Amino acid sequence: MNLLVIALKILIDLAMHTAFARLNAVCAFNLSTLAALTFLCFASTFFNDYNTQVSINAANVVLKNVPDYIVSREKNDLGILKIDVTSDLEPLFNWNVKQLFLYLTAEYESKNNKLNQVVLWDKIIKRGEKALIKIKNEPLKYYFWDDGNGLLGHKNVTLYLSWNIIPNAGTLPRWVGTGTHRLTFPSEYTQMRTNF
Amino acid sequence: MFSKESLVFWGLEDLSRMNFRQLIYQFLNFAMIVSSALMIWKGLMVVTGSESPIVVVLSGSMEPAFHRGDLLFLTNYEQEPIRAGEIVVFKVEGREIPIVHRVIKVHEKDDGSVKFLTKGDNNNVDDRGLYANGQAWLTRKDVVGRARGFVPFVGIVTIIMNDYPKLKVSTPFWDYLALLFLYIGNDKKRNALR
Repeated sequence: MNLLVIALKILIDLAMHTAFARLNAVCAFNLSTLAALTFLCFASTFFNDYNTQVSINAANVVLKNVPDYIVSREKNDLGILKIDVTSDLEPLFNWNVKQLFLYLTAEYESKNNKLNQVVLWDKIIKRGEKALIKIKNEPLKYYFWDDGNGLLGHKNVTLYLSWNIIPNAGTLPRWVGTGTHRLTFPSEYTQMRTNF
Repeated sequence: MFSKESLVFWGLEDLSRMNFRQLIYQFLNFAMIVSSALMIWKGLMVVTGSESPIVVVLSGSMEPAFHRGDLLFLTNYEQEPIRAGEIVVFKVEGREIPIVHRVIKVHEKDDGSVKFLTKGDNNNVDDRGLYANGQAWLTRKDVVGRARGFVPFVGIVTIIMNDYPKLKVSTPFWDYLALLFLYIGNDKKRNALR
């Protein structure tokens, strides 16, 4: 008698499980599994060290004093140089690195500003792409405008390469590569026409 | 209170089967879900210091890092300086939707006041064309938050509703939400009765 009641109950329960309930259950299970795996992916790489060696060099450094009309009519210092960057970033990749955003920054102090940071060059490396950076004598990707006339005769402009790690899911850490270049600017402006 | 016919008309015949206590329970359950969502949101605002601690990426200007529908977690602590290379979310006068882009230039004075320039990874030019007329730099007060965490794809519902505004008023969408709430409610009740 008891068994019969239980069997009946199970049958009714099964009938009550409509297509919607099943679909919902499947979706919910899938979602929670994905969420758990994503979290594990994030947690397993959270404490990773993303540092590596970089070698940077600069050549053909000249300085101009011209107006940047987008900002104002005043004349600003414009640094022009060619850069070499060498680094093997292959070891930085793991299962939670979707992309590296590399950027070369010039950092210096000037009369107008306590801190200036100007990104001169950048590159996106996606997972699976060649991660060996070897650029030689390349012109800057972005203009090196100073905020004023702070580059003339400047002897201590630091060039360094950093990367922003874009994960599949997780934090977005920024790391600075080991190895910088100290850039010095001439103490005279050039009057020559220069190719950027 | 309501006639059975009118409840059937509104698709709420379930309600006519409930007694007063069950009705109250269902209503409180719903209020609980809504208010806890609000509490979490406001709580996050306090903890992160950002007026909108979670944003959905709405444009492809940061591809391939962020695609439309990805979710970003933001913080906006006053004492943390703005530095080149970080991804900020900022508002521009005359534009309602905040923009998620990367800082490419920083000029910081002795007193700590800072002006900076941004650019989208996927754009060819910097953002001066996006700023207000005559504006060449962003300052600290333009920043809504700075990207700290990333989860892909989760905000896709927002994108779909933005692209197809008709969906917001469509019945299947709200039906699904209503069913979800009822399902959660019934599940709890069943567990409570067990």
